[in-house]
Amino acid sequence: MSATEQTIQPAANIHPIDRLLRADRLPHILCAGCGIGTVIHGYANSIAASGIDENNHVCVSGIGCSGRAAGYVNVDSYHTTHGRALPFALGIAVHKPELNVTVISGDGDLTAIGGNHFIHAARRNVNLNVICINNFNYGMTGGQVGPTTPIGAKGTTAPFGAVERPFNLPYLAKATGAIFVARWTILHVREFHEALVRSMQKPGFCFIEILAPCPTSFGKSNKIGDGLHEVEIYRERCQVQNGAPHLNDFDIDLLDESKPIVVGNFVDVERDAFME
Amino acid sequence: MTKSVPHVVREPIDLPQAQVPLGRVHVIVERCKQCNFCIKYCPTEVLEYSEDINAKGYHYPIVADGKEFACVNCRFCDLICPELAIYTTDISDADDTAEASDGG
Repeated sequence: MSATEQTIQPAANIHPIDRLLRADRLPHILCAGCGIGTVIHGYANSIAASGIDENNHVCVSGIGCSGRAAGYVNVDSYHTTHGRALPFALGIAVHKPELNVTVISGDGDLTAIGGNHFIHAARRNVNLNVICINNFNYGMTGGQVGPTTPIGAKGTTAPFGAVERPFNLPYLAKATGAIFVARWTILHVREFHEALVRSMQKPGFCFIEILAPCPTSFGKSNKIGDGLHEVEIYRERCQVQNGAPHLNDFDIDLLDESKPIVVGNFVDVERDAFME
Repeated sequence: MTKSVPHVVREPIDLPQAQVPLGRVHVIVERCKQCNFCIKYCPTEVLEYSEDINAKGYHYPIVADGKEFACVNCRFCDLICPELAIYTTDISDADDTAEASDGG
């Protein structure tokens, strides 16, 4: 038996999870090695595993590469203005509490342009699942430095390296009142999947940060050759600390190879949700 | 920084009875963008690049020579694929290898 015979190309070119995606739009526009596709795939798998009626899922996204997510999932989805994914999703969640609203957004959209909305949505503890795809820069517009760019990492607007301290997103989410906080990378697909199903079943503001490679913008400025190279950095330096009591020193420093990138499900507490 | 985990040397007592599933790889060739995740992170190293290219000019993954029955259907290639271009199915129940080699 030859290897070519053993590799089966499905007759109709249909993936088993295609029913939850707008498969006629695939292959998507995202770059080779980008992690956003993995997150969209994980979101579709989590919808199937959540036990919640598929018609009750809503996906809201903002602007940027990750904003494309809403266009590829075959649930009710909204592509909103820049930074305003959270207020839009908040309106849906308050008006129709039976819906399960997930916001898929990027680090720039969620914590820079929409930063104020983020802290107040977490403070109010509205029933939302927020996935922040963190690629450390503004990828779609050409690799400008954003609020999560690590100190020393280069960008098109910081050719000698970023000098500002970046956001530590799990710490921010915990401090502002999120009831479920996790950070995973796209390599931790099963853990991310479980965290997302957990947040779908939990009423309240759940926040999951996903570290994703951006080979085209962030990688090019920082001598990271391709998506696989960046995922290898995660694999070598990630350290799982589920339920870590203190998140204040979990900053990501890409230059200091001795400092681990801490991932895990950090916070899982109960607090009255906005509608209760 | 990372604490070393002591290596487990004791063999599981039910090892002879353990059933390893047999998986079958399906590749949707035209979706692949050659990001290499599936080939790099396959725990049993089943996949390799094809010599052919798809319509976009990328080399897609194929099952390597001699690895036809190495897939254990762990689904990691499926879950990590950003393009939804690969998935595996369980063919442990297929009676013989002839049945295992067709279908898909």
